[in-house]
Amino acid sequence: MQQFLDTTLGGLVLGAVYAAFALALCLIWRSTRIVNFAQAAMAMVTTYIALSLINVDVPYWVAFLAAIAAGFVLGAVIERVIIRPVEGKAELNAVILTLGLFMVLHGLTALVFGVQHRGFPAPVSTNAMTVGDTSIGITPFGILTIVVVAVVMAGLVVLFRFTDLGLRMRASAFNGEVSRLLGVRVGRMLTLGWALAAAVGAVAGMLIAGGDLVNPAFMDPFVIYGFIAAVLGGLDSPIGSVIGGLILGLSLSYVTGYVGEHLAPLVALGILMLVLLVRPSGLFAAAAARRV
Amino acid sequence: MKLTERLRSLTRPVRSVPLARHLLVGLIAFLVVAAIIGSSSQYLQTRYAEMAFFAIAAGGLTVLTGLSGQLSLGHGALMAVGAYAATLVLERTGGETLADVFVALLVAIAVCAVVGVIVGVPAARLHGPYIAGATLTLAVAVPRLANQWEFLGGEQGLQVPVPRAAELPVWIQDLVWFFTAAEIDQYSFLAYLGWFLLILAFVALANLSRSRIGRRWRAVRDDDVSAELAGIHLGRARVVAFTVSAMCAGLAGGLMAMNVRLTAPGAFTITLSLTLLAAVVLGGLGSLTGALIGAGVLAFLPHFATDLGESAGLSATQAAEVTPVVYGLVLMLVILLAPAGIVGSLRMFLARSSLGQTKEKTT
Repeated sequence: MQQFLDTTLGGLVLGAVYAAFALALCLIWRSTRIVNFAQAAMAMVTTYIALSLINVDVPYWVAFLAAIAAGFVLGAVIERVIIRPVEGKAELNAVILTLGLFMVLHGLTALVFGVQHRGFPAPVSTNAMTVGDTSIGITPFGILTIVVVAVVMAGLVVLFRFTDLGLRMRASAFNGEVSRLLGVRVGRMLTLGWALAAAVGAVAGMLIAGGDLVNPAFMDPFVIYGFIAAVLGGLDSPIGSVIGGLILGLSLSYVTGYVGEHLAPLVALGILMLVLLVRPSGLFAAAAARRV
Repeated sequence: MKLTERLRSLTRPVRSVPLARHLLVGLIAFLVVAAIIGSSSQYLQTRYAEMAFFAIAAGGLTVLTGLSGQLSLGHGALMAVGAYAATLVLERTGGETLADVFVALLVAIAVCAVVGVIVGVPAARLHGPYIAGATLTLAVAVPRLANQWEFLGGEQGLQVPVPRAAELPVWIQDLVWFFTAAEIDQYSFLAYLGWFLLILAFVALANLSRSRIGRRWRAVRDDDVSAELAGIHLGRARVVAFTVSAMCAGLAGGLMAMNVRLTAPGAFTITLSLTLLAAVVLGGLGSLTGALIGAGVLAFLPHFATDLGESAGLSATQAAEVTPVVYGLVLMLVILLAPAGIVGSLRMFLARSSLGQTKEKTT
């Protein structure tokens, strides 16, 4: 029972991080119909920027904000310079392009910061909390993770549902041509979508790194787990992404806890295939046929 | 004039029958390559052997992605399956004779064919980013299995027994001695073996892509609805393409195991899969010549880039990171500037210039 509770709580924290990642992928998918396989590498870069700031005695939360800002700029620049030429072209090209970007960011980070593992501080304790005499499987940092992801999620909902800017972003994602006729600066909205996504990714990177060791490869599993979580939710739906992230986090946590750590990616693959074959549009998307 | 016409009519069967033409080109290529390998240093022989197994894997990938239109980022995982299958067989048989080597490679191909069908069936229903994500997951998941089961050797991996040149059949030793005036040793043997199998595989792939099967793949890639209306079973065509491609990856993995002499999960990272993709994209998707060029880059660039990095004052571990940066840049630049790759761009250029010439003639 104790182990079950611990695994569940651990899975929820893990799921929150996957959810943040899936959210970032979903934002980009909604605006440009591209799956950004470089998402994890971009978040890794911003995490390293925060780490270098922390190492020169900048307070943690200032570094946190700096990472978000860096992510915002990085996302905007990448969309404007690299992604814009392939938007609306063959989908294979965009996939290959983001994979190339993944390798470049990965290698450059290793060149600049080295490949050795470095400790990353956390703003709150990363020791398991105790209730009475028994320790439970969640840390204050884990709770912070869940809270931060919830705040980001709520912020995005407010942005898209209740602001004029969000409406314009949704409109340009829904139909670029018509929005352009109605006076929406579609190109700017797409750039903003990428920037926002990269900022969300930067938050996820900070949450993953906190209290742990980082090296240029530390985000690699999130390339696939974020993608699987987003596909679970249907790639199109932010709420779906979050629920997909939680489902994936819990499943992988149970597999790691009860079966074997090294089987987790294989189980993730199984979940992905199952979803794609049974409900290709995700668990939460409204049914829509693929246009041929 | 008459003589040349006579000659032409005599060689027509060779020129017009693809199999005969491919076999002839293959034979000539092997003789040329064997001469080059025989007169090379040990370092170069190792690079050639490396180029051979990269080219086999890239050839399979370029046929899959270029002809049938399916992207696979899981070829590193398939190479891992081939490498482990070959290693386990070599461990059992001792792996000293030529027969042992071929049995191991055949088992690697067979196992990968089975895995290819298992992966290919669901993959046939996916497209674009979905198949990319699924195969990328495969690339992460499969090598991790080595840590899960004891007999796969865990993180340290398995030692691979190496064929001993002295155990080779006498006629091979004599043949090599006769042509190159050098004793065949372990390094040149692996290079000869690699290139022999590479040429066999490429002849088979070239023929396949010229055949009805290859035409079906192209039809499926270009317009799946029309292909289906023309009576092509989409799923079957895609699964066949994936299986053929997986068999190439299996053969390449088996050869890689013999070359590296250690089969460990650390060798089959995401980067390996992406590197293969970089090779075929650089060469030009769907072109076997392009795959060969790309494989040459894969075999020779890392040492060059690492040396360059070290001479620029980087530490050894950092200099090793120069290579993936170059591959990533290659991927991005080719997609942005010349999506058809080297061979495709050359072909377009030639077609355009010959078009210009005919236009000049007619006017």
